[in-house]
Amino acid sequence: MPNKKIIAAPPEKGKIFILSLILFAVFIIALFIGRYPAKGLMDPRILFTDPLAWKLVFNLRLPRLLTSLILGVSLAGSGMVFQMIFSNPLVEPGFLGVSQGAAFGAAFAIIFLGSSAWLIQGSAAFFAITGLGFSYYIARRVRFGGWVLRLILSGIAVSALFSAGVGIMKYAADPMSQLPEITFWLLGGLWSITWREFFTILPVTIISMTVVFLMRWRLNVLSLDDETAFSLGISPGTARLIFLISATAATAAVISVSGIVNWVGLIVPHIARRLFRSDTRQSLPAAMLLGGIFTIFCDTLARTVFAGEIPLGIFTSLFGAGVFIILLLNRNIRIQK
Amino acid sequence: MSNSLIELDNVSFTYSSDNNQVLRTLSLSVKKGDITAILGPNGIGKTTLLYLILGWIKADSGSIIIGEKNQEDYKRREMGRIIGLVPQDEHISFEYSLLEYVLLGRSPHLHALESPGKKDYKAAVDALKKVGLEKLSDRPVTHLSGGEKQLVLVARSLAQEPKILLLDEPMSNLDLANKIRLIAVLNSLKNEGVTILFTSHEPEVAASISNYIILMGSDNNIVHGTTNKILTSESLSRIYGVNVKVADYDGNKIVIWH
Repeated sequence: MPNKKIIAAPPEKGKIFILSLILFAVFIIALFIGRYPAKGLMDPRILFTDPLAWKLVFNLRLPRLLTSLILGVSLAGSGMVFQMIFSNPLVEPGFLGVSQGAAFGAAFAIIFLGSSAWLIQGSAAFFAITGLGFSYYIARRVRFGGWVLRLILSGIAVSALFSAGVGIMKYAADPMSQLPEITFWLLGGLWSITWREFFTILPVTIISMTVVFLMRWRLNVLSLDDETAFSLGISPGTARLIFLISATAATAAVISVSGIVNWVGLIVPHIARRLFRSDTRQSLPAAMLLGGIFTIFCDTLARTVFAGEIPLGIFTSLFGAGVFIILLLNRNIRIQK
Repeated sequence: MSNSLIELDNVSFTYSSDNNQVLRTLSLSVKKGDITAILGPNGIGKTTLLYLILGWIKADSGSIIIGEKNQEDYKRREMGRIIGLVPQDEHISFEYSLLEYVLLGRSPHLHALESPGKKDYKAAVDALKKVGLEKLSDRPVTHLSGGEKQLVLVARSLAQEPKILLLDEPMSNLDLANKIRLIAVLNSLKNEGVTILFTSHEPEVAASISNYIILMGSDNNIVHGTTNKILTSESLSRIYGVNVKVADYDGNKIVIWH
């Protein structure tokens, strides 16, 4: 009897568990992979004999790995949130002026406030939130179209404004010192991460991702048309705002220390839905775990493939866009709204 | 008026976008357990009336009482357990299984952090059985025919277990067999004491199950009353502006036109 099976089946908990194990394994391997003492995998036993190895693993690699973990979890989790609340599988946290706002903030700080890491991060986070606030404000004042259309349109406009601003900054920047720094920031990377950065972004990301995780079944209802969600006992405006603020806060926090890391928020939720179906009870935790695996994998490549660091954003774009093209060619992606 | 469940008092509504006044001081009451058909030509404001009762749009003036309280005095979630909506159509952006989709009807019974439990699954499976789609419960909801999709939307509202069910053109995509099935579902809901309002532009559909009719014509010309009183050759010809005849056949009303 199919009914019995359906009622009894816990939704894909086994697969989620396997994914957690894979994440754990990738994390441990990444912790010991690198170029010290020789290229390749480090023998964990030398941690106790070689103080430099201890320092390298626990003061450099561990905070960086943990940061790339929460970067992936936050970007993919927020991407899933954005796609669900806008019922559109092609949006991501960079929408609504968040990414371009952060880029503008970082460039602004590099040129006008000196290049202290703390100021760049603060300015990036501030302008990321400003980008959202500005998009939201414009969307509320637009007098035509549905709420989703209005938000996306104003998000596009605000992003364009900020990217024009970034263009001006790049034009005005000192080509010897400031321009490379801006460019590097725009490509994204985790080379400068220390425990301080990790602990700065940890509270915001943990709180917002926990809120999103606990409320995840609601995301399904919010992907329905507004009047339907309303008839199902939800105030769609308020519920969306809670998710929107959580996702944006997490995104702003992580990209303030990482720079722009593209494609994670767009592609990982797609893969999660493909592997775990659309119900957010499974697809949201799956996206978070896959996001962690994906960024740890890309960041490990970024720091190990060549002797010099390659910006993380290059790898996430390369793999993300590659997978996206494969998905596009394999099967139609539904766009109905 | 103690047995009326929905009470509209002098309700007016104008669409601000085109200044189109759809309702002018409309007063009516719907009794508990009634099946009410909202009948009228396309674009006359039938859906608007449903959305006003749902609370999705607010009347410019007048009041709407649901049960004992003013509509605005209900909490959103509380109202979700009282009024369900079957929209005419719905954008479905993600590939849910039928069961997962119908399960969303349980939303007003769960608080914000809760996920559906055994009881909710049972309600959803029962709802799918009632509309005859239990065999497809694993099928992606995006792969359904128009008629099946309409039945899934009904099933979701059944899982919601509302006291008042609003349906917007529920028969528009159904073939004859599914129409008869839906009529049976609505009749059994009526026997359970659920109050039903649905819109339709087909008088025959209204005649076949409703015992009360709200007939909406242009220029706020709205008449309402029992089906026998309202569904006459004279009133239909006037509202639709064409010459039709209502005849009795085997105790049912049929509409004939030339």
